[in-house]
Amino acid sequence: MIEFSEVTKSYSVGTHALRGVSMQIEDGEFAFLVGPSGSGKSTIIKLITGELKPTSGTVHVNGYSLERIRKREIPYLRRTVGVVFQDFRLIDTKTVYENVAFAMRAIGAREGEIRDRVPYILELVGLENKSRRHPTELSGGEQQRLAIARALVNNPSTIIADEPTGNLDPARSLEIMSLLQEINNLGTTMLVVTHERDLVERFGKRVIAINEGLVVHDGMDGYYRV
Amino acid sequence: MKVTNLGYLMKEGIRGIFLHGFMSFAAVLVTVACLVIVGGFSALVYNVNIMVEDLNKTNEILAYVDSDLTDAEARSIGTRINQLPNVFKAEFKTRDVALQEFVADHQNDPAFGGLVPDDLRHRYVIVLEDNELMHETVEKIEALGGIAKVNAAFEMAEGFITLQNVLHIASITVIAVLLVVSLLIISNTVKLAMYDRKDEISIMKMVGATNGFIRLPFVVEGFVLGMLGAMIAFFILWAMYNLLVNRLAEVDTLKLFSFVPFVQLLKPMVATFAGAGLFVGVVGSWTSIRKFMDV
Repeated sequence: MIEFSEVTKSYSVGTHALRGVSMQIEDGEFAFLVGPSGSGKSTIIKLITGELKPTSGTVHVNGYSLERIRKREIPYLRRTVGVVFQDFRLIDTKTVYENVAFAMRAIGAREGEIRDRVPYILELVGLENKSRRHPTELSGGEQQRLAIARALVNNPSTIIADEPTGNLDPARSLEIMSLLQEINNLGTTMLVVTHERDLVERFGKRVIAINEGLVVHDGMDGYYRV
Repeated sequence: MKVTNLGYLMKEGIRGIFLHGFMSFAAVLVTVACLVIVGGFSALVYNVNIMVEDLNKTNEILAYVDSDLTDAEARSIGTRINQLPNVFKAEFKTRDVALQEFVADHQNDPAFGGLVPDDLRHRYVIVLEDNELMHETVEKIEALGGIAKVNAAFEMAEGFITLQNVLHIASITVIAVLLVVSLLIISNTVKLAMYDRKDEISIMKMVGATNGFIRLPFVVEGFVLGMLGAMIAFFILWAMYNLLVNRLAEVDTLKLFSFVPFVQLLKPMVATFAGAGLFVGVVGSWTSIRKFMDV
């Protein structure tokens, strides 16, 4: 579960990125986080992944209190939150298989577990036949699938997708969103940050809209106004 | 970090060397260049120091034996002089030999033609181990029974001591500066290598890797590169040193310079190079990676 309570975040340059954000995303929920550039979306993601600490208020993510989390606990928080980025952030020198296995090795998984789980995840995202390819040999949609596989492989309770379709054409965008919905159907909490109004409206899920550091809309109908 | 991961992390460290071949090459090259310069200068200083010490040993003390003593009594003092602390060697010289040398030194000047051995005294030519203790040693020789007078070139000894001290300070300063500059250059090269892989590090952080897991391959890589650089530098220095010494021996027919064989420098050089390689490799990568860990 993700819970923000009266969260503010100010940067040393004097910018007030968040000005009292409160919201709650339940386990297994699917929500879109929308808002214009500079509205505070990235700050919310960074607070969830422990890259930032709130200036005031409380942030709870999957049992961790972010306002008083210790540095050495952050890796363990991140294992509960898989992140998918717009620019994929894959390691080009590793194969598809290795990119996914790498995430498992990073948390100390055994080789046997890796050999069992990676093919299963690659099959889930439809890349089972491309495990020996390198990311540069894949299309944009496939690279994003790979990024999703990597985020998913450690079985996190939450996935945050930051503009996951920003670099894709409409058909591939729809595919990726459908994949994220499938993953959500399996029980993973999903928070998708996006600019794409069409997609948001098409999926008709909960929408949290942010503007100038405040939640300006929080509704279940897929419609929003910022 | 689990022990089961150690093999994988070691392998990743070695793999990283080849994967980032150019940066690895640059890091080794910089380490080699710096260590050859520092090592070469240290070897030079070591040799100059030995040369000055040898030169210092030519500063002899003359202890004149009381002329009342018999030849046998005069010779027996030698044992007591040689037993004194700080005496490297004491050589007995009879008055006959002393006269021959005196006349020869003055190119058989007829002015000294009337001199007979009895005009001179038996004497001991004494070489000290440490000329800094010349005053104390001379006092001890004078205190021995049967010694009439001791002649010692205190000013020359002090001159040598000053020269040695200046050399020491200058060499330590230059070596320290070279070492610091080398460490800075090497550390910057390692930082560049890290910068090359900042994306990889940020992905590792994002998927929940612990700092130890992220650091170990880099430290392994730094260790291997540092030791490789140190080893190459050591063999280059060895070859260069021998080449220089052999060339110098051919040119220096007057034997003005005497360099110790490299084997004599082997142990300290191996220890210093291994230490420096380990330090720049492991500490360099450990500290350089720190700034990329705060993600």
